[in-house]
Amino acid sequence: MPTDRPKHLVHILARQFASNLATPTLIVDAEGQLIFFNEAAEEILGRSFAEHGEMSIDEFSASVAPRLENDDPLPQSRRPTKIALEERRASHEDMTITAFDGEERKVGVTAFPLFAQQDEFVGIVVIWWRE
Amino acid sequence: MRVVIWGCRGSVATPGPETVRCGGNTSCVEVSLEDGSVFVLDAGTGIRELGAQLAARGTRRVHLLLTHLHLDHLEGLRFFAPLFDPDVEIDLWGPRSPVLALKERIRRSFSPPLFPIDLQDTPAKVTFYDVPSTPWRIGDAQLTASLVVHPGPTVGFRIDADGASVAYLPDHEPALAGRFEERTRDWISGGSIAEDVDLLLHDAQYFEEEYDERLGWGHSSVASAVAYAEAVGAKRLVLFHHDPTHSDETMQRLEAEARSLADDGEDPPTIAREGMVLDLTRR
Repeated sequence: MPTDRPKHLVHILARQFASNLATPTLIVDAEGQLIFFNEAAEEILGRSFAEHGEMSIDEFSASVAPRLENDDPLPQSRRPTKIALEERRASHEDMTITAFDGEERKVGVTAFPLFAQQDEFVGIVVIWWRE
Repeated sequence: MRVVIWGCRGSVATPGPETVRCGGNTSCVEVSLEDGSVFVLDAGTGIRELGAQLAARGTRRVHLLLTHLHLDHLEGLRFFAPLFDPDVEIDLWGPRSPVLALKERIRRSFSPPLFPIDLQDTPAKVTFYDVPSTPWRIGDAQLTASLVVHPGPTVGFRIDADGASVAYLPDHEPALAGRFEERTRDWISGGSIAEDVDLLLHDAQYFEEEYDERLGWGHSSVASAVAYAEAVGAKRLVLFHHDPTHSDETMQRLEAEARSLADDGEDPPTIAREGMVLDLTRR
């Protein structure tokens, strides 16, 4: 019988697209599961996707501790991933994260929703802009 | 489950002395089940002769599954005899589009200057359905559709019934979405429908050297089709969607190439031929 949770074609094509980009890119499915990030994102995170594996984007966000310029935690309501997932609109925020290698890095984060045939929401793409 | 190939040519019908063994009709496959239900996969020119047979058999209900609406998969519908029989019910399934409803998209080919009869004036009772994104049941069969790599909204189909399974991916270029040999099946285009299937009908339009010049056209090389079948664990591969320029002799070479590339197994890859009957026995 078919695989339990097959990836949507949009995810498969987005992964191929992201794999060919020098821009750090993450792909999150409609259920909020981080399903892929590319090699450019691995440089910022200090960990490969093969090591990291899939996890919920909430868990992922908590693990990199996003902070504002004044070092206050970035409120949940301002997280671009949360806005793109829940409100299904594009969002951007500058922040500092603590990568898995312990380094602090400043990044701009842009998240936007993906819609497939007949406005089927299939997830979000997250792009990180290095400062 | 009985699978009959009524058309396996790609792109355009190619009748003639050089294609008599493989056939020149475009894509159409019949899947009939023990409970008597009849599924028709695509409506290429092969559907004309199938329609005549269904009419002769007195078939009153047909489940027509369209992978996409490129003409070589649709052009035979206008000559499908059951469509002109008021006693026949046709459930027509196809991929969703963000632009127009399925019925409206098909209706274009039933309108001037392409055709004199409007779709709504055909006597059969036709009901149109967008394929669901999750498996669904028709009688004893479980059906699964999945969007696959091909230009425009295109799905592949899988039918599980009678203790057997068939997957139909006639127009498919999975290599465009990355090296599927290195990926888990959930990351392979159409992987959910072709996984561990008993019979896989898959696009193998080109030799490798032809494919290099047609990258992105939506079709596979024979090497890619063989690698795909192995990646998804298909038990038997039938090579489908033959290039219109390929004669029967050329197709023999293509089959030989597929066999040289495939793992030694019980069922080596075979080229599809019009009239081919594949009986899938209960596992």
